[in-house]
Amino acid sequence: MLEIKCPYCGKRSQNEFSYGGDATIKRPQLGEEISTEDWDNFVYYRDNPRGKHSELWHHVSGCRQWFKVSRDTATHEIFDTCKMNEDFNV
Amino acid sequence: MSNNFRTTNSNGLINKDKKINFTFNGTIYHGYEGDTLASALIANGVHLVGRSFKYHRPRGFLGVGVEEPNAMVQLHDGNKSEPNIIATEVELVEGLKAKSQNCWPSVQFDIGEINNVLNRFFPAGFYYKTFMWPKSFWMKIYEPFIRKAAGMGKAPLLPDPDRYEHNYEHCDVLVVGSGPSGLASALAAAKNGARVILAEDKPNFGGSLLTDEVTIGNMSGKEWASDTISQLKSMPNVILKKRSQVFGYYDHNMTVMIERVSDHIENPSKYTPRQRLHYIRAGEVIVSTGSIERPISFGNNDRPGIVLASAAKEYMKVYETLVGKKPIIFTNNDTAYSTALEFIKNDIEPIIVDTRDSSNGELVKEVQQKGISIKFNSGIADTKGHLKINSAIIGKLDSSKESFISEETVECDCICMSGGWTPTVHLSSQAGNKLKFNDDIDAFVPDKKRQKETAIGAANGSFTLNQSLAEGFQVGFDLSNKFTDQNNPTNSPNSNEPSYEKHEKLWCMPLPSGKKPKRFIDFQNDVAVSDVELAIREGFRSIEHVKRYTTLGMAGDQGKTSNLNGLQYVSKIEKKIVPEVGHTTFRPPYTPVTIGAIVGREVGNHYLPTRKSPIHTWHEENNAVFVAAGLWQRPRYYPRGSEDMNSAVNREAANVRKNVGICDVTTLGKIDIKGPDAPEFLNRVYTNAWLKLPVGKARYGVMLREDGMVFDDGTTSRLSENHFHMTTTTAQAANVLSHLEYYLQVVWPDLDVNVLSTTEQWSGIAVAGPKSRDLLSKLFPDVDMSNEGLPFMGLVDSSIDGIKARIYRISFSGELAYEVNVESNYGLYMWKKIMEVGQSFDIQPYGTEALSTLRIEMGHVAGAELDGRTIPFDVGLNSMVSQKKDFIGKRSLSKDAFTESDRQTIVGLVPLDKKTKIPEGSHIIEDNSAVAPIPKLGHVSSSCWSVEYNNPFSIAIIKDGKNKIGKNLYAVSPLKDISIPVEVVSSHYVDPEGSRVRS
Ligand SMILES: [Zn+2]
Repeated sequence: MLEIKCPYCGKRSQNEFSYGGDATIKRPQLGEEISTEDWDNFVYYRDNPRGKHSELWHHVSGCRQWFKVSRDTATHEIFDTCKMNEDFNV
Repeated sequence: MSNNFRTTNSNGLINKDKKINFTFNGTIYHGYEGDTLASALIANGVHLVGRSFKYHRPRGFLGVGVEEPNAMVQLHDGNKSEPNIIATEVELVEGLKAKSQNCWPSVQFDIGEINNVLNRFFPAGFYYKTFMWPKSFWMKIYEPFIRKAAGMGKAPLLPDPDRYEHNYEHCDVLVVGSGPSGLASALAAAKNGARVILAEDKPNFGGSLLTDEVTIGNMSGKEWASDTISQLKSMPNVILKKRSQVFGYYDHNMTVMIERVSDHIENPSKYTPRQRLHYIRAGEVIVSTGSIERPISFGNNDRPGIVLASAAKEYMKVYETLVGKKPIIFTNNDTAYSTALEFIKNDIEPIIVDTRDSSNGELVKEVQQKGISIKFNSGIADTKGHLKINSAIIGKLDSSKESFISEETVECDCICMSGGWTPTVHLSSQAGNKLKFNDDIDAFVPDKKRQKETAIGAANGSFTLNQSLAEGFQVGFDLSNKFTDQNNPTNSPNSNEPSYEKHEKLWCMPLPSGKKPKRFIDFQNDVAVSDVELAIREGFRSIEHVKRYTTLGMAGDQGKTSNLNGLQYVSKIEKKIVPEVGHTTFRPPYTPVTIGAIVGREVGNHYLPTRKSPIHTWHEENNAVFVAAGLWQRPRYYPRGSEDMNSAVNREAANVRKNVGICDVTTLGKIDIKGPDAPEFLNRVYTNAWLKLPVGKARYGVMLREDGMVFDDGTTSRLSENHFHMTTTTAQAANVLSHLEYYLQVVWPDLDVNVLSTTEQWSGIAVAGPKSRDLLSKLFPDVDMSNEGLPFMGLVDSSIDGIKARIYRISFSGELAYEVNVESNYGLYMWKKIMEVGQSFDIQPYGTEALSTLRIEMGHVAGAELDGRTIPFDVGLNSMVSQKKDFIGKRSLSKDAFTESDRQTIVGLVPLDKKTKIPEGSHIIEDNSAVAPIPKLGHVSSSCWSVEYNNPFSIAIIKDGKNKIGKNLYAVSPLKDISIPVEVVSSHYVDPEGSRVRS
């Protein structure tokens, strides 16, 4: 079980959180003209990297905040976590 | 039977003043307080405990602790029965009942032993090769036969009556194992101020210090251990846990430990758990798990009475028990000589067989000084004795040590063997440590760590006491310094132990001349040297493949005594060095863990939390039958007298259509939405327009996922300019809240909006039916309930008896209907009030079944239609989709597949005979006589008995649905083997104009 540092609450066990996918995906602007391919890339296509991955987690059984986690998908090492409006330090 | 095999000294850890009675295979024996089932049986001369897995060979004890591969027993009976328990790990308790397993009719005479006679037919891969064809035989003949033949213990068929608990712990330093290095590191870390947990599997702390003749400072090893434990006990920053096995090492330094709390207590108090599972998140883990002695492979090396030398010593020193009175010590190293000396202390002269040419170790010299001659350059070739060893064939090895020059038969009643020591690296390996091979000790030791884990002492390959203590004190101090600023090191005391000469790299004896007895490597899985040879001959090269083909190391003991000997043998045949062969992966749990402990208290009603509405007690008192809706318990229907479900549901639904019904809708998700950008946010979240919703009005809304599929629906109302009250379906309440938070926090953080769940704060009561207006007018005389005063989709605040109520005019049933919301605490009061006033209007409560009937008749969609595979068009919600604005998921709706005109869409179905109910999930097909595969047009999502028309009615989602209205199709359910001719009708079966809700 991972130990994740919520930027608002501190270190908590994984079972308080839910995973929210790739944090680098940007939703297209509302009303933006967008090709089907670009839209499909946004909705469906995700990289599946081995190693460092920037991802979203949601502190569902805690402060209810979404935040960013930089994690190694192979070793589960967590390099850093930060608020949505912040950048990772490492 | 009375303990003929006890030593005469009393230096051990058993209490001979306290007798404990127990039975084994029906015979009553006694042992003493402090005994294990194993030591008590051995003291009574019982070595035969079970039959082996494959050949049903008689087996006894090999070890003294977790390493034991053979002595598995079935404990207790009835609902307390427990299979595959290692007798060496069971503490004796009054009245304990144990029996042998894997034998029939008895352990002395076992029919399955025929397998041993036929053993040339049971080589490695036998099952794979033999039971392949014909395929149809597998399930009916081969598989049950193998199961019966291979049966270990029997799982109890009754629920486990015992209580198991879970505990979450945090510490700076977790020390696993309380031998010299573990004690030293715990002491150093604790003295430096760190929060320490010290875990020991056995009932006594001390590890090897309990059996080794050493001195530390001016104390014996045993005294030093007990002195250290008292020091640790007095420190508030230390938790000491014995009978506690750390069996798993998971990510981020999460370890799991099983504590045996009460099995050793004769009458534990009622609420004492049997076992406790501790989840320990440790800053640093010190792995001081010691080492396990290696057996040696030789002919018939599995007979009862053949034990590890260290086990024999521990039985003598801790349990005051002799494994035999005519022992042979068989070794390739010096450590077994301490067992020989222990026998000599008990006035028993052992025969010593040593594969080496000579040794000048201190213990060897001490034995020689006592006048014992040692058979150097010798090995055991074979043994005899059916149910217990009675003699050994000792051979003189030739110079290559590949064969025997001469052989002699020697009587004995036990063989104590030692093939050297294997560090217990399981936890380090589980933690992701890449092990390395240490050529000096011929074993794998931890190397590059991935987590915060440090192996010390014998687990790290440091086999001398001096080294173990030094590592312990140093590592304990260093690691604790990460957590404290006391910088207070503890010095390692001087220690003294005998010096040891090197072991010989020889773990498999040659065969005796002219014979081919089995030389076992893995005792628990009956894997012999010949099986490994066969696997290699048949082309298996990877050690992982050899493991699976031979099943070497795959048993419950996870190869604790067999892995390395197997590897060593593969490397010998392959002429490779061991590190090239590699090792198999260690996985948790290190020792078997009972399922009850893993589940803990989350059993029965505690499996999940139960959510109850504030009106729950009323439902109970009024005969409600409940149904689980997620975590909620909701009334399904309220039977009267001898009514069955169907008649109750029809009565309840019909009463809503005719008079008035009341339904508890507290479970609906409710979300409070506030902020200047709240209307804009709702406009993005829902498919329809929200900017112009007037204050005091509610609106039905549909929300999509980005992929265009309908996510949820519900009614949301505007309470003031910037304040909205959203309702969601019961099932999606939590997901919708996360969804809203995601968009507010991640996608559009510029929107000034706050969302908060208020599901638990409101109690909701639906009042539905033509008489609902009259009822509520009577209840709330101050409110203008007329169609003008409170129109459809309107809301009004009022109160009765000082209780504030919000009345919405909304309807799920399709009738004139209202929903009264009050603060949760007043839910029951309000419900009773409505029931009381409603008596004169023939009010009846209705449950979720009638609720479904009413909405299905009306063609209102719910979870069965909004199943994550439907877009608004499919379920008749296209009018809800704004063409003017963008919203979540809108772009997906213009994708090609989503705009095809013949998509599966919602329709109604009525069986032609107006009688046969259509099972939900039925397939819709056009031609009943067509040959399979028949094209499927769609499926039935919801079915009910229409109380309006008194015939069955279903909602289905079928290809090009709108254009199929009026056609006759078939609803088929292959599972129920039925085919029902149906007519396709509009899904709006009752009141398609929707006039009732607006009346
Ligand atoms: Zn948090």
